Amino acid sequence: MNRDRRRRIVNRTMEAVATVAAIVAIAVLAIVVISVAKRGAGAIGWDFFTKPQALFGQPGGGIANALVGTALLVVMACAMALPVGVLTAVYLTEFAPRRLAVPIQVVIDVLAGLPTIVIGIFVYALLVIGHTQSGIAGAFALAIIMLPLVARATQEVLLLVPSTLREASLALGVRRWRTVLGVILPSSVGGILTGTVLAVARAAGETAPLLFTSSIFANSVQTDVTKALPNIPVLIFTYSEQPDPALHEQAWAAALVLMAFVLVASLAAKALLARSRRKLVG
Amino acid sequence: MTEGITMTPVIEVAQARKDAEPVQRDIVFDIQKLTASYGKEPAISDVDLEIYRNVITAVIGPSGCGKSTFIRCLNRMNDLVPGAKIDGKILYQGDDLYASGVDPVEVRRRIGMVFQKANPFPKSIYDNVAWGPRVLGMRKDLDERVEKALRGAALWDEVKDRLKKNALSLSGGQQQRLCIARAIAVEPDVLLLDEPASALDPIATSAIEELMDELKRDYTLVIVTHNMQQAARVADMTAFFSLDVDEGRRTGVLVEYDETAKIFTNPSDKRTEDYVTGRFG
Repeated sequence: MNRDRRRRIVNRTMEAVATVAAIVAIAVLAIVVISVAKRGAGAIGWDFFTKPQALFGQPGGGIANALVGTALLVVMACAMALPVGVLTAVYLTEFAPRRLAVPIQVVIDVLAGLPTIVIGIFVYALLVIGHTQSGIAGAFALAIIMLPLVARATQEVLLLVPSTLREASLALGVRRWRTVLGVILPSSVGGILTGTVLAVARAAGETAPLLFTSSIFANSVQTDVTKALPNIPVLIFTYSEQPDPALHEQAWAAALVLMAFVLVASLAAKALLARSRRKLVG
Repeated sequence: MTEGITMTPVIEVAQARKDAEPVQRDIVFDIQKLTASYGKEPAISDVDLEIYRNVITAVIGPSGCGKSTFIRCLNRMNDLVPGAKIDGKILYQGDDLYASGVDPVEVRRRIGMVFQKANPFPKSIYDNVAWGPRVLGMRKDLDERVEKALRGAALWDEVKDRLKKNALSLSGGQQQRLCIARAIAVEPDVLLLDEPASALDPIATSAIEELMDELKRDYTLVIVTHNMQQAARVADMTAFFSLDVDEGRRTGVLVEYDETAKIFTNPSDKRTEDYVTGRFG
């Protein structure tokens, strides 16, 4: 009897502790969102999205140049990371013999855990020293960050494709590569997009690599990718170091925009994944 | 029709076929001392068998006796299983399927396969059938080819108005016939069927069986089945596989191979008799 009661109490206590932990996690996010929104909401308006940064000492201005720059950086990073990431995953799940697949897997996991400042300084040494900061260098650094995320996500969704579909295609006398292209990748497009969206969300907010590669930029909208591109993370960083409280507010507002983007991207990724799962299972 | 599937004793089903014409023995597969292993353990050992053109050959036997392993050797599907190994010879129209220089992809192109569980691609009904021919360069008159394959699989009338619909919206029996249509759309010479009706209800099963009878005019068919009634109903020739247990090792062996009526009414081997009369297995 006594033992039974004790077990019940332990059970209740553990449940309560776990529930509290979950609430704390949500509360942390809520506090961050609310405080950023409170401090930054005042600066958000039409001008904030459409005007470039104000000249030094002038009031007003927006983050249009940083928005355009970040979009360019992310698109270029995607163009570099997506094909390599997807093909790596295809190689690992469809072609690689086990003794090669395991070490490559480890390398990708290490890459995913690499501090972004390390990636930043590496790209700085590789592409910036002796040349100049450029959008290309920034995108390259972001692509290194995205690569393992895309590869991992793709791999997971490729493993979801039932092996019976591979057999069905191969039994028709179709080559493996055509099977991958015609059956396996089309069935996993949703999952690959999900992974890409999450990787984009992550890369869009990365600051450290961009400090090295794309941080000295003009106040105007810049689309020449061979020069440093203005971008939101570096803008937040530099504004927050300024003495002007108006710029502080703009930094908060830019942070709010970035956060909203990540949130929307995550939700979109979730919806995409649910859809692609349904499509596979029927 | 449906109750006949479960009620009639196998022996009567087989006897009804006794007056069928004798089987034309034009050899397609000449299998000599075939042993197939996964890792070190052989799954089937020393199988000798001839399979004849435009004939339905059934492979029956208890679970785990290597029926599927055997049929998957015939189009080199086992190549895809890591550690799978073949000894002996399989001559297909006189050529050794496992000779060096033989391209397994080409083998599978000519020897199609339908699997136990219907596995349509998550594409439209049309694309399921059209994809194979398209990839293999048979792009001419694709619409006609798709229609012909679907008619061949007795599915055309049911799907002709919704070819663009996802194949996964079809019923299980329809999906399996779609898989047959997909397999015959690339015009193989042989069709291997690995328990094609085991997941289907009796009505869908009899549709597949009638279809097989149609298909044998154009194709050579080999069907694995755990359902003796089915073998007795559809097959002209039947091969009975069993398990040889030796020092704890279980290996599939071919016990008896003959015309279906003979296997079910007057088998020469005691083990076959025990199995078909239901005393074992």
